[in-house]
Amino acid sequence: MNYFPEEVLEHVFDFLKSHRDRNAVSLVCKSWYRVERFSRERVFIGNCYAINPDRLIERFPRLRSLTLKGKPHFADFNLVPHDWGGFVYPWIDAMAKRGVNLEELRLKRMVVSDEGLELLSRSFVNFKSLILVSCEGFTTDGLAAIASNCRFLRELDLQENEVEDHRGQWLSCFPDSCTSLVSLNFACLKGEVNLAALERLMARSCNLRSLKLNHAVPLDTLQKILAQAPQLVDLGTGSFVSDPDSETFRRLRTAIQKCASIKSLSGFLEVAPCCLPAIYPICLNLTTLNLSYAQGIHGSELIKLIRHCGKLQRLWILDCIGDKGLGVVASTCKELQELRVFPSDLHGDGHAAVTEEGLVAISAGCPKLHSLLYFCQQMTNAALITVAKNCPNFTRFRLCIINPTIPDPVTMQPLDEGFGAIVQSCKGLRRLSLSGLLTDQVFLYIGMYAEQLEMLSVAFAGDSDKGMLCVLNGCKKLKKLEIMDSPFGNLALLTDVGKYETMRSLWMSSCEVTLGGCKTLAKKMPRLNVEIINEGDQMEATPDDDRQKVEKMYLYRSLVGARRDAPDFVWTL
Amino acid sequence: MDGCSSNDLGCPQLLDLISKDREWLVQKGEQRSRGSKSEEKKLELRLGPPGEDYGTKLEREGSILSLGYFSNHKDNTYTFGGFTNTGDMKTAENGWIMKNNGSQNQQFSFTEKFQSNNNAEKKVFSSAAAASANPAVVPNSSQKRTAPAPVVGWPPIRSFRKNLVSSSSSKPVPESPNEVPNKVSSEKTAQSCGKGFFVKINMDGVPIGRKVNLKAYDSYEKLSSAVDELFRGLLAAQRDSSAGGIHHKQEGEKLITGLLDGTGEYTLVYDDNEGDRVLVGDVPWHMFVSTVRRLRVLKTSELSTLCLGIRQEKTRLDAASK
Repeated sequence: MNYFPEEVLEHVFDFLKSHRDRNAVSLVCKSWYRVERFSRERVFIGNCYAINPDRLIERFPRLRSLTLKGKPHFADFNLVPHDWGGFVYPWIDAMAKRGVNLEELRLKRMVVSDEGLELLSRSFVNFKSLILVSCEGFTTDGLAAIASNCRFLRELDLQENEVEDHRGQWLSCFPDSCTSLVSLNFACLKGEVNLAALERLMARSCNLRSLKLNHAVPLDTLQKILAQAPQLVDLGTGSFVSDPDSETFRRLRTAIQKCASIKSLSGFLEVAPCCLPAIYPICLNLTTLNLSYAQGIHGSELIKLIRHCGKLQRLWILDCIGDKGLGVVASTCKELQELRVFPSDLHGDGHAAVTEEGLVAISAGCPKLHSLLYFCQQMTNAALITVAKNCPNFTRFRLCIINPTIPDPVTMQPLDEGFGAIVQSCKGLRRLSLSGLLTDQVFLYIGMYAEQLEMLSVAFAGDSDKGMLCVLNGCKKLKKLEIMDSPFGNLALLTDVGKYETMRSLWMSSCEVTLGGCKTLAKKMPRLNVEIINEGDQMEATPDDDRQKVEKMYLYRSLVGARRDAPDFVWTL
Repeated sequence: MDGCSSNDLGCPQLLDLISKDREWLVQKGEQRSRGSKSEEKKLELRLGPPGEDYGTKLEREGSILSLGYFSNHKDNTYTFGGFTNTGDMKTAENGWIMKNNGSQNQQFSFTEKFQSNNNAEKKVFSSAAAASANPAVVPNSSQKRTAPAPVVGWPPIRSFRKNLVSSSSSKPVPESPNEVPNKVSSEKTAQSCGKGFFVKINMDGVPIGRKVNLKAYDSYEKLSSAVDELFRGLLAAQRDSSAGGIHHKQEGEKLITGLLDGTGEYTLVYDDNEGDRVLVGDVPWHMFVSTVRRLRVLKTSELSTLCLGIRQEKTRLDAASK
């Protein structure tokens, strides 16, 4: 294809923003591959062990933005031991040595060290953006290095990381000359921050658009910051507790009213409900509201608040809003696209906060809904069928019934039909999480109808290997499959081994696969890393007993073979 | 392990059930067996299908697996919705739960609804299990809706959120060991503690202090009467002993009143999270609870001579409200 000079091709490729498009383009022919690789600046690596840093840099020398994901998803739920892996240091080291002009680093579920952050801060003069999601292994000292050394830092976004807080002065480490901050999120930090330093930093950051404070920042400081930053678009409050009659609170109300640009609100890590009316004036502009950390707000107050939020597109909330509250959401938030309802009480000794009723109400009132995460105490097939009819546009449907094997409480039937309706109706479904009592039938439906499905999460479901086989066979676009506590064994695992090279990864824990089955798979498929995680001593004692069941297996395709940083308890077969 | 089924005598009854159950497992031509030693270790702890995974989990959690399909002991049948007629135990596995204490009692049901709907469910475990089932194995609390203790990995909530959730319904744990107790973490602690928030309370002239649970009250009036009850007797005892017991014996115990409005002999004050001493009653109750660190009952006559560190806002508040 020599119709265009390469410069033209490159210019055309510039318009391709999505990774998938660029990946597709690079497969057309050698010359397109070459043009594409020299022009790609943003690279996404869904599994950091699928490739290594050297090969990455080799192929994309103009790398400026790197996104890396490390641990498997179930690590979020404590199923993966801490030192399993996912270390970012080798990547930072390699990029530093090879002179990559790194500007942005986004990490999810990776182990980040202070040394790594220090190296990062010193190696890339144009470094602008650090986004860490669900990472661990670093302390506020590492943050201090970033603050001190990254002269053009625009974004420091820490989302739900485990950070050891040394209660140092990391915020004070931003030099006076640093005025480039656009986004700062330290909500997940547990310790105190230097409030005066924070105020000064905010005062000189005139480009600030997004700010998320941690619980140690009192309302008084928030008020002072807002008074100087009315241009904020995204705000996460810290502590939202004050005497409503106080001067501080009056000033806060005044400051908030001037913040006409705030579209996204979160935080309320500590909240006094009587202070909530201060945010009513901005509620009508909100498109995103995250109250899922706000334990201190009762259902009735939530409802009062929601009534003001007519433009809401994304809502994350606790289940204490109740079915009634969800009814209010349904009638108020007609633009709603994404809803997440998190549990506020895991022990079941509280009232049943939300049930299928709330979900049905939402589906009836919010036709634009396409993304759902719903923790509830019970669900019925009838409700799911209604939801499927009302909302055929789901792309993400994650239902978590707290009691994982409960049937439909009305009919005492499994929830196969309900989920079947969802996959049949929602032709664009990409992500699905199942719960409740489920037999092989639901997997039959999934294999038959879920043509776009990319990620499936299964727990306590199915009767036999047939279930898993239906999924592997039917879901052509499947990328990630994660299964816990389900009766799938070697037959399911080994029937179509080629399938796994078309997927990113497979996780199976507390299933029926044996060591022998995993060994067989590893032997047949050399480009898969089949990892066994042994936390007890059982496997150590009898490593040759192929009949023993494997506690945790994680397999993924890789171009670079077994990783060399695996700890002792991880065997790569 | 099949071999264990004969080993009835030395093992608890649970073992019988496990070994019987295992015979019924319908495997698709798969021979499942494990090293018997590790099996036996685990057998005491679990009712679910064999597998180191469950055992390990248990060791970690220190709890016992129990099968969710055990219904109440009255009819001694095992029912579980969705069982196929082949008696495939796979669906049964789905019913097990973890208990949150390590005792031998099992919680046998996920929900009451399972038990109450015996008719709708197919009875899988027939006489064999029923015969071997020992009533002693069945708990006495089978009817109670028992919340399943957390299985590792379930429910699928990030620890970040779980810590938030648990901190609101159980005893609070300081967020970080580095936190100074007076600071924000104990504030959050105070707010989020569900079970009790105890602060010390001392009264002028009474050498022994008390502790009061602020969670037990929702208003200043209730707190005031609680203080009265706490100290009435002690105060009277003090007066008796100090006055030689002659004059005050006839008075008996005098009520402690006017703690909040300055009309009584004593006034209630508190030390807040910033170390200041503040009059009780100025701020909304919930705010008081979140900032109070200890309470004091001081003689009203001595208040004016004390240096009360009232915060700027409170001074203005007083000025504004008068």
